Amino acid sequence: MTEIGKQSESKLNLDFSVVSKARETAKKIAFETQKFIDHHSTTTIERTVCRLLGIDDVDEFDVPLPNIVVDNIKKGNHLGIGAAIYIGNAILHTNLSPQEIAEKIVKDELNLTELPLKDLSEIKATINLIAQETLVNISQNRKKRDKLLQKYGDKEGPLIYVIVATGNIYEDIIQAQAAARQGADVIAVIRSTVQSLLDYVPYGATTEGFGGTYATQENFRLMRKALDEVGEELGRYIRLTNYCSGLCMPEIAAMGAFERLDMMLNDALYGILFRDINMKRTIVDQYFSRMINAYAGVIINTGEDNYLTTADAYETAHTVLASEFINEQFALLAGLKEEQMGLGHAFEMNPDLENGFLYELAQAQMAREIFPKAPLKYMPPTKFMTGNIFKGHIQDALFNMITIMTNQRIHLLGMLTEAIHTPFMSDRALSIENARYIFNNMKSISEEIVFRKGGLMEKRVDEVLNKAYDLLKEIEKQGLFKTIEKGIFASIKRPIDGGKGLDGVFKKEKDYFNPFIEFMIKELTKGGN
Amino acid sequence: MGGGQYSIERENSDKNLDLTRIKPYGDTMNDGKVQLSFTLPIEHDEKAIETAKELAVKMGIKDPEVTYHTTLDKGFTYFVVYGKSIHTIDYTKIKVETVEVDVMSIEDINNYIKEKIRRKLVILGASTGSDAHTVGIDAIINMKGFAGHYGLEHYEMIEAFNLGSQVTNEEFVKRGIELNADVLLVSQTVTQKDIHVKNLTQLVDLLEAEGIRDKIILVCGGARVSNELAKELGYDAGFGPSTYAEIVASFFVKEFVRRKKLD
Repeated sequence: MTEIGKQSESKLNLDFSVVSKARETAKKIAFETQKFIDHHSTTTIERTVCRLLGIDDVDEFDVPLPNIVVDNIKKGNHLGIGAAIYIGNAILHTNLSPQEIAEKIVKDELNLTELPLKDLSEIKATINLIAQETLVNISQNRKKRDKLLQKYGDKEGPLIYVIVATGNIYEDIIQAQAAARQGADVIAVIRSTVQSLLDYVPYGATTEGFGGTYATQENFRLMRKALDEVGEELGRYIRLTNYCSGLCMPEIAAMGAFERLDMMLNDALYGILFRDINMKRTIVDQYFSRMINAYAGVIINTGEDNYLTTADAYETAHTVLASEFINEQFALLAGLKEEQMGLGHAFEMNPDLENGFLYELAQAQMAREIFPKAPLKYMPPTKFMTGNIFKGHIQDALFNMITIMTNQRIHLLGMLTEAIHTPFMSDRALSIENARYIFNNMKSISEEIVFRKGGLMEKRVDEVLNKAYDLLKEIEKQGLFKTIEKGIFASIKRPIDGGKGLDGVFKKEKDYFNPFIEFMIKELTKGGN
Repeated sequence: MGGGQYSIERENSDKNLDLTRIKPYGDTMNDGKVQLSFTLPIEHDEKAIETAKELAVKMGIKDPEVTYHTTLDKGFTYFVVYGKSIHTIDYTKIKVETVEVDVMSIEDINNYIKEKIRRKLVILGASTGSDAHTVGIDAIINMKGFAGHYGLEHYEMIEAFNLGSQVTNEEFVKRGIELNADVLLVSQTVTQKDIHVKNLTQLVDLLEAEGIRDKIILVCGGARVSNELAKELGYDAGFGPSTYAEIVASFFVKEFVRRKKLD
C-alpha cells in the first residue's frame, strides 16, 4: 500500500490545527461514551462468549444453542456476572465440554444457575484455557491471510469491491467467482433484509433470502472456500466481506473470525439510525465486535455514507466527517489499528448541482488527508440513480475518477442498474470494466495534479472541516446519545430508550467475567500484533 | 436479396406514422429498431453468437445483429443485440390506469383541507414487512421531501407520522388504529421474488379483518408499484417513482372529501 499512508503536504491547504482539535474532541466524546460501555454487557455479547468457547448448532426448533444457554442463565436474572462463569462452573461440575453442556441444557438435563458456584479463580482458570485455545485458532486464521497476501502480493491502488445478493449461497458463489475473474478484489455478501433485526444468528447453508443471503457461519465457510479456490486460480487474494451490524454484532464478528472474513461492516451509528436499534444496546455490542475484528485482522467498514442517502450530501458533509472522527476514536478504544479502519463516505451529491464533481473531489481528498493510514471505504452514487442505466454508467464513471484522483482504497463499485434490481452478472462485469478502464487510464493522476490555491475546493473543505469541528464541540457538550436523540446525523431522531434490543442490555456486576475482552485488549494494546 | 441490393427503397416503405400500428423508432419512421442486452449460460464461441441471434428472432427481432459479445465467466456469455421488432401495437386501443389527479400546491392543499375537512388529516406511513429501505417513505413524509418538493410533515393541515422501515403489517395497523389515521401510506422498495405483492396483500387482509379497510384511504408506492397493481391488490391508489408529496396529498384529500361527501 504505497500510496496510502504516504502523507505528503496537503493539496487543499487543510488547517491541520483544526484537524487535531477535532480529533481531540472526538476522543473526549468516545471516552465519555466508553464509560457507559465498560459497565454494561448484552445478551448477544454473552452468546458470543458461548460461541467463542465452542458452542454452536441449533435445537430441533432451529434455536441456536448459544441463545439457549444465555436464556437459561437469564431466566433467573443471573446474567450480571456473564455466561463464562456459569459455563466454567458447569465444566468443573460435569467435566463436559461447553458444547456438551449446551446440549444437556437443550435436553433439560442441566440448569446452569442451579449448580452451586465453585471457587471463582478455579472457574476462571478453566475457562481461560479454552479461551486461549480459541484465540490461537483465530490468530492462525490471521496468519493464514497474511501468508496468502504475501504469496500473491497485495494489490496496490483501489480495491474493487462488489456485492452479491441472490439470497442463495450457492448462486452467490457462482456470481462471486465470476466477479473475481472479471477483476473484483472484494466480495461482499449482502444479508437478507430481515437479518439485522433478528436477535439470533441463523444456522447452516441457506438458499432463501430477500434482498440478500443470510449471514451464517456455514455460508461464510462456503464462500471463503470458493474465494480461496478462485484466488488460487487467479493468483490473487480475494477478500470476503459481511455485515457485523444489527442485533448480533459480536456474534457475527466471532463467526467471521472463525471463517477468516477480511472485512466487516461494523457501525453502531448505522444500526441506530437506519435499523432503529437501541443505541445503548448497539454501542455496547460494537465495542466487543470491534475488538474481535481487531484481533482477527479484519478491516471494519463504517456506515457514514448512508447519512447522505437521507440527508443532503452537500449540506451535511460535515456530519460525515464528524462521525468519521468519532468512529476512529471508538475503533482505537477497541484496539483497531488505523490500517483496519475503513471509514465510510460517499459520492451522493445531486448530479444537477453545479460543480458537484469538484465538491465531491474536494471532500474525498480531504478525507484522504485527514485519515491518511485508513483504507477509506468510498461508496458509489445510489440516491440519484434513476433507472436510466446510460446516465447511471456515467455517474459511476465520475465516481471512479474521484477514487483514482484521491487514492481511495476500498472502492465499492456502482452498478448501472442501481435502483432497478440486485446486480445481474453482466451489470457487475460492465461496472468492473468501467472501473478498470478508468483506474488504468488515469493511474498516476493523483501524483500529477495540484489544486488551485485559494480555489473553490480549498474553500469547500475548510468550511466542511470547521463545521465538523463545531458539531463535535456541540456533541461533546451534550454527549453522543443526546445528539442522536436530536437527529443531528442523517436527519433521523432516535430516543435513547427506544428501538430494538434494549431488553438485552444489562449492567455488569462486580464479578462479571469475559475472558476474551481481558485477553484481547491486553494483546491489542501491547503493540505489535 | 436478389435485385433488392440495387434498390434505394427501404424494405419498409411506409414512412407514415400509423397509430394503430406503432413500431419502435430508430432514426426512420417504422424502422422498428431496438437494442437489447442479455447473458446466456453458455461458452463464448461462434455457436453462442448464433444462439443469441436465434433467441432474438424468437423474441420477434428481425435481422438481429450481435454488435458485442464477451465472456463473463466460464460458461457465461454476454451479448448486445440490435435488430428490428416485427411486432406492432395498436396505440389507440391502449388503456392505462393512472391516478388522475389535478396536482395542487401545498398552499392549495392546506386551504382545501381547512375549507372542506375543517380539521387536520392524520397520515401514517411506513416501509412495511422486511423492507429496510426508507428512501420512498422519507421522500413523501419527511420535512425535507425530495428534489425540492417538501414532504407531508411540512404541511400545516396534515399531521404525518413516519414509522420508518421494517414495520410489521400488524404493528402498522395497530398504530393506525391508535392514531386514528385517515390515510395509510405504504412504501415498498424490495421487490425480489414479489415479496412486495405478498406483503401488500397481507396488509389489506389485516385491515379487512379489523373491519377498518373502508374507513381509511390506503395508498402504496414504490419503484415497481403502478396504480394498476395497487388497484388489483385492493388499494385506493398506487404511485410509482418520481412521485412527490403534493401528488399523493392531492389524491388523498380529494378522495377523502369525495368519500365523506364533503363537497
